[in-house]
Formats: sequence, C-alpha cells, structure tokens
Amino acid sequence: MNASQTPSTSQRAADVGQDRETIAPEKTAGAQLAEQSGNAETITNGPAAAAILAAGIGCFAIGLFALAGDASPAVASFFTFYKPTGALSGVTTSAIVVWLLSWFALSRQWGTKSVALGWVILVSSVLLALSLMLTFPPFMDLLQGK
Amino acid sequence: MEISFRDLLTVLHGMGFGALFMLAFSGAIAELYRMTAPGGPSVPTPREHRLLMMYLGAMVVLAWATVFSGAYIVYPWYRAVPPAGLADLSSYPKSLLMSSRDTSGWHSLGMEWKEHVAWLAPISITMVAYVFGKYGPALARLRQIRHAVLAFTVVAFIATGVAGAFGAFLNKYAPVRGGTAIHLMTGE
Repeated sequence: MNASQTPSTSQRAADVGQDRETIAPEKTAGAQLAEQSGNAETITNGPAAAAILAAGIGCFAIGLFALAGDASPAVASFFTFYKPTGALSGVTTSAIVVWLLSWFALSRQWGTKSVALGWVILVSSVLLALSLMLTFPPFMDLLQGK
Repeated sequence: MEISFRDLLTVLHGMGFGALFMLAFSGAIAELYRMTAPGGPSVPTPREHRLLMMYLGAMVVLAWATVFSGAYIVYPWYRAVPPAGLADLSSYPKSLLMSSRDTSGWHSLGMEWKEHVAWLAPISITMVAYVFGKYGPALARLRQIRHAVLAFTVVAFIATGVAGAFGAFLNKYAPVRGGTAIHLMTGE
C-alpha cells in the first residue's frame, strides 16, 4: 500500500499540507516535544498513519477470524492453539500477529514521510466499524444465514 | 471469610484489571481532548505530557492484562466440559447457562460477544498511547489524527463497557467457582 498512489495528486497535496504544518518560531511545549521525537520544522504524519491503519486492520482481523471460526468447524479447529481456551486462542493470537506485522510493514513504508491521511482515516474507520459489527453475535448469525 | 482460588482470580481479572482499566477511560478521554484540542485553555508542560504517557502506559498494561487473564485463566474454567450425566452443573458455568432457555442467551450473546469485542480495546489503546507518545500535544496541529485517536479511544471504551457489563452479569448467573478455599479472616 503506497499512499503516494492514492486518489489525486492535488488531493494528496492538500491532505499532506494540512498535516505538515510549520511550527511557529516561538515554540510551544507541544512543538518542543515534537522536536524531541525527531521532528524539526514539520510534523511527519507517517508513523501515526501507520499505527492507526494497523490498529484498524488488527481490530478487523479479530472480527473476521471470529466469524470464520464461528462459521466453520474446520477453521475453529485450526484456530485452537490452546485447547482449554479453544478457538479464541487462535483467533486472537492470529489477529495480534496480523496487527503487529501490518504495523511493522506500514511503519517501514511510511515511517519518515507524510502521507495522504484522508483515505487512511477513512479505511481505518470502516475497518473499526466492521470489527465492531463482526464481533456482534446476531450480525455474525445474519451473515451465516442462521 | 473465604474465597475460592478461581473466584479470586476472576475478581482480579474483572475488578483488578478490567474495572480499573474502564475507570481510567474518563481521565484519558478528558486529558487527551484537553491537551490536544486547538485553542485549549492551557499548553501542557513536558511534565504533564510525561504524566499522561505514564497514565496511558498503565492503561495499556491493564488492557492486555485483562484480556490475557480472561482468555487464558478464567475462560478455560468457564467453558470446561462436565462429565457425562452430571446433574450439578454449578462448577461448569457455560453448561449451566446453556442448560436452560432462560439463561442460554447469557452465553450465546453475552459471552460470545464479550470474548471477541474485548480485544479491540488493548489494540486501540496501544495505538493511542503510541501516537500520543510520538506526537504529544503537537496533535493539536494534526486534526485528522487527533479525531482518529479519540475515535479509537471511544470505541475501546465501548468495547470495554460491553465486556465488563456482560462479565458482571455472567458472573452473577453462573459464577466461576472452585479450587482451593482461601481463608481471609474469621467471622464473629
């Protein structure tokens, strides 16, 4: 996923411009803290975008794996990493792995630059909303036609 | 006054970790908003920022402690399968709930929802702590990130509320009991 390939160049420039704001010469405590975390004149939004999108992906993975485990005994059996806990052990462990791997990959991609935040926030929000729905048993049942 | 070993660990999971985590949300949401809202009444000092980072760090630890203790300590006791033909299901909470149509919903809706939705909270609050640690009050300049961080915090709060509320009800209708009795004090 490369944010520089998203919607349009002008849109991206607008988004990035909003989030690469120059800190005034009379620096606030926040600006000083921003500098301490490696930012000098501008605030690079890539690390935050990576963390937010990865969190959305991780939450969605919880819902998706839970649905898969609920819908298929074979998948539930696959996700049984620790028998006393059952499929929940594999569902959550796998989702945590997906979350951390996606965070690592996105951070490597975006760690030192600013990206178009609009679509990152939109996708993250949709994934978060879907994760809430997918963990709700009546919605799971609805998707499975129960 | 006695408490069973399983009761004690269930209380630690629900009250020691979970309830404390949920209580911490009010402070976190208020402080995150106050410190990052543009035009806010005060600019936080580096010391205030460090304090909030410690606060969020404690929330992250509590969130993960809650879900791991729930999934790997309490949940196995809850879902243990009773021997065939056992009439007294009081030591097998899931089976006890499922044995009656009046209580089965506590498992099929309550536990099924709680066991999954609860995991959204630690993932979300870890991200929130990281982003705040990385940017601090400079988030006031990053409107979209600030809104996303607050949205994830609110969703984590909702997820924790659902898990906590159903946890309390489940433990009321089918408590996890058993193990060694721990003597706390002698009554009058």
